[in-house]
Amino acid sequence: MLSFISKRLLVAFLVCLTVSALSFGLMFVSGDPAIAIAGAGGRAEDAEAIRVAYGFDRPLVVQYLDWIGSALTGDLGQSIYFNVPVTEIIGNRAGVTLTLGFISFLVALVIAVPLGVAAALRPNGWIDRLALVIAVSGQAIPSFWLGLMAIVVFGVWYGWVPISGADTWQGYILPVIVLSYYAIPELMRITRSGMIDVLATDYVRAAKAKGLPMHLVISRHALRNAVLPLVSLAAVQLGQLLSGSIVIESVFALNGLGRLAWESLLRSDLPVVQAIILILSLLYVVLTTLADILNAVLDPRLRGSS
Amino acid sequence: MTQKFSLKGLTSLAVLAASTALTLGTPALADKASNTLNVAFAAEPEPLDTYKIAGRQGLILARHIYDGLLYKNLDTGEIVPALAESWDFTGPLTMEFNLRQGVKFHNGADFTADDVVETLNTVITAEYGTRYSISVDWIDSVEKLDDYKVRINMSKPFAGAVEMLADALPIYPHAFFAENGSAGMAATPIGTGPYKLVSQEPGIRYEMERFEDHYEGSPKSGATIDKISVRTIPEMNTQYAELMSGSLDWIWRIPPDQSSRLEGRVQIISAPIMRIGYVGFAPEAMAGDTPIADKRVRQALIHATNRGAIVDAFAGGASEVLNTPCNPAQFGCEQDVTAYEYDPEKAKALLAEAGYEDGFKMEMVFAAMPRPTAEAVAADLANVGVTLELNEQQYSSGIGKWRAKELPAFFSNWGSYGIGDTAFILSNFFGGGADDLVQDADLATWLTEADTASDRDVRAENYSKAVKKIAEEAYWMPMYNFNVNYGLSNDLNFTPHPDEFARWWGASWK
Repeated sequence: MLSFISKRLLVAFLVCLTVSALSFGLMFVSGDPAIAIAGAGGRAEDAEAIRVAYGFDRPLVVQYLDWIGSALTGDLGQSIYFNVPVTEIIGNRAGVTLTLGFISFLVALVIAVPLGVAAALRPNGWIDRLALVIAVSGQAIPSFWLGLMAIVVFGVWYGWVPISGADTWQGYILPVIVLSYYAIPELMRITRSGMIDVLATDYVRAAKAKGLPMHLVISRHALRNAVLPLVSLAAVQLGQLLSGSIVIESVFALNGLGRLAWESLLRSDLPVVQAIILILSLLYVVLTTLADILNAVLDPRLRGSS
Repeated sequence: MTQKFSLKGLTSLAVLAASTALTLGTPALADKASNTLNVAFAAEPEPLDTYKIAGRQGLILARHIYDGLLYKNLDTGEIVPALAESWDFTGPLTMEFNLRQGVKFHNGADFTADDVVETLNTVITAEYGTRYSISVDWIDSVEKLDDYKVRINMSKPFAGAVEMLADALPIYPHAFFAENGSAGMAATPIGTGPYKLVSQEPGIRYEMERFEDHYEGSPKSGATIDKISVRTIPEMNTQYAELMSGSLDWIWRIPPDQSSRLEGRVQIISAPIMRIGYVGFAPEAMAGDTPIADKRVRQALIHATNRGAIVDAFAGGASEVLNTPCNPAQFGCEQDVTAYEYDPEKAKALLAEAGYEDGFKMEMVFAAMPRPTAEAVAADLANVGVTLELNEQQYSSGIGKWRAKELPAFFSNWGSYGIGDTAFILSNFFGGGADDLVQDADLATWLTEADTASDRDVRAENYSKAVKKIAEEAYWMPMYNFNVNYGLSNDLNFTPHPDEFARWWGASWK
């Protein structure tokens, strides 16, 4: 198990380095950052001064090595736009995104898994049909539109909850509902199909035949096996939710990492963009690694296949 | 990041649904009762050290907090005293200012000559990193003559000096600024302006309160609103919802199609601004090996474009077709120039005369312009046989290609820093610098003379010659002046200005 984990961690580290190098290069392909920083009213002279001041005139490799060297010591540089350390900005914005992401994930999981199991127990029954409606609408309705409708109905018509901002916990209610609604379908579908497969296996039939109560058949025998693909998917879903939904954060004026990444990209605030890409790729790698390890714990056969 | 949908395509659907739904909603209730003006911007304001920022949002907040030596009354075009009581050119390169006495900073410090000297002498240094060098590179040094008198020694003649001193160069409290620098000013902005900042979450939320000790006789005096609360709300639909529900009193930059939907439910004001749209033609691109190098082709392209229809369809409001490469509101923007009416037949004849009767293909990059306007231009040119290969890019990529002389045509816009003087647009594009892909020696000479003369008649005459020649040679296809749509609470009085600096100190409740 230890060698399995260390191999996965090594791969994870290499993935992070590759992603950071690629993203670093891509930022420069998308346009001259000095011109972007000078703004649409900036003259060529202003851009030139900025190019020198921020070291954009140095070879790309030197800039990358310089940045990655500092990053490894915990120094992610200074935001060009906000003129403060990147770690400070990310620290300020991460709370909103983490709160939104974790709560939405938990809500999605709490709804999706039982619903998926219930749907699998009675295929084509009313719960299964309800699940299908939720799945189809969750995937088909853009969360952007859903968010605005929620604002109009619950924020404007009824005035029950704040429309925007995260000044109070109530500000999270609508964004969490919308974001989790978006995450539910995939989690539920994979639970349902996993359960249907497992329920058709001989050992489940044997468990039922020997008279084991149904809730024990599900919890002890079926779910443990059905949950394996769910763990991998959940890791990716959690990663997506934590990396911040730009759309949801924009609609509800939540100043999280997703929006920060998007805005920083538009204004070519390179140190912030680079830091966010690094952090998010790390996050994905950690989550998928954890999912692999969890799967290996749940299913000993997977340890050998590593 | 988790979305798979096209935002643009959904926007109109959402607005339609939202506005339909809102007709059943509650009436607007402004925050008149607590005398607080609730404002939203879609973009995050930058830190409030004016010298380091370019975005309009941060600059608007800064103008409430800081004052400059002078102030421009945009209604009369007159430069009036602010922190300086009077001023004079004492030589071709020297200006002297008598400063106002009894002015207080928000931290209680008295305003004196030391503040002017410390602020300006600091921001002109290369190490300080003032964002737009054009704003301060004409200052060589600032001397204190006595406690309330200073002299500015200019490094070069610069006709825009007085415009710059009119609120674009704020004065910081010298002791605080010397000790804390730019970062300190951004963290704790302290000025002499009509509002003081009482709290901020940078980029997210700003709370300002009226400064009760604001000096008498200020051009910004008379503020009646006690508090201003500014938030960043990136999604415009959310802003509309908040405006209609009464949580916001002031929003801006509402797209024309959506402002007409909101009209009637809230106040919508459309006001022209200094920014103009243009298609720049580059005879110098690709070493001159481009049809654009031929004057008749350039003229044909302008004749072929139905700019009037484009303005009506996509800009709306207070926008108008321009014939000049500058904003008519700017000093020196001559209007008696060659105009190219929409005439596709004439365009075809000119193209045939230039040897392009079968048309040609040409790349046009557009940046910071709506795609439909670029597509409309392309559709009009297709009618006369010219195929535009449209390429939408970030402004930085587009202007980069332009400066590298790789682009025959670039469709974008220019705001002249919000300053009402032709110097701030023509010289950048026709003065011989990196953005000048025309390289017309006559233009460069006239513009240099106009930019450095202190005699307004000499300036006007030279700009007039330049503008006439640019139009005659069809170096640019000026499109239209931009307008800004403001969405206001029905209870609010607010007057917009063409420099895009919202003056909330002049706002009041009905």
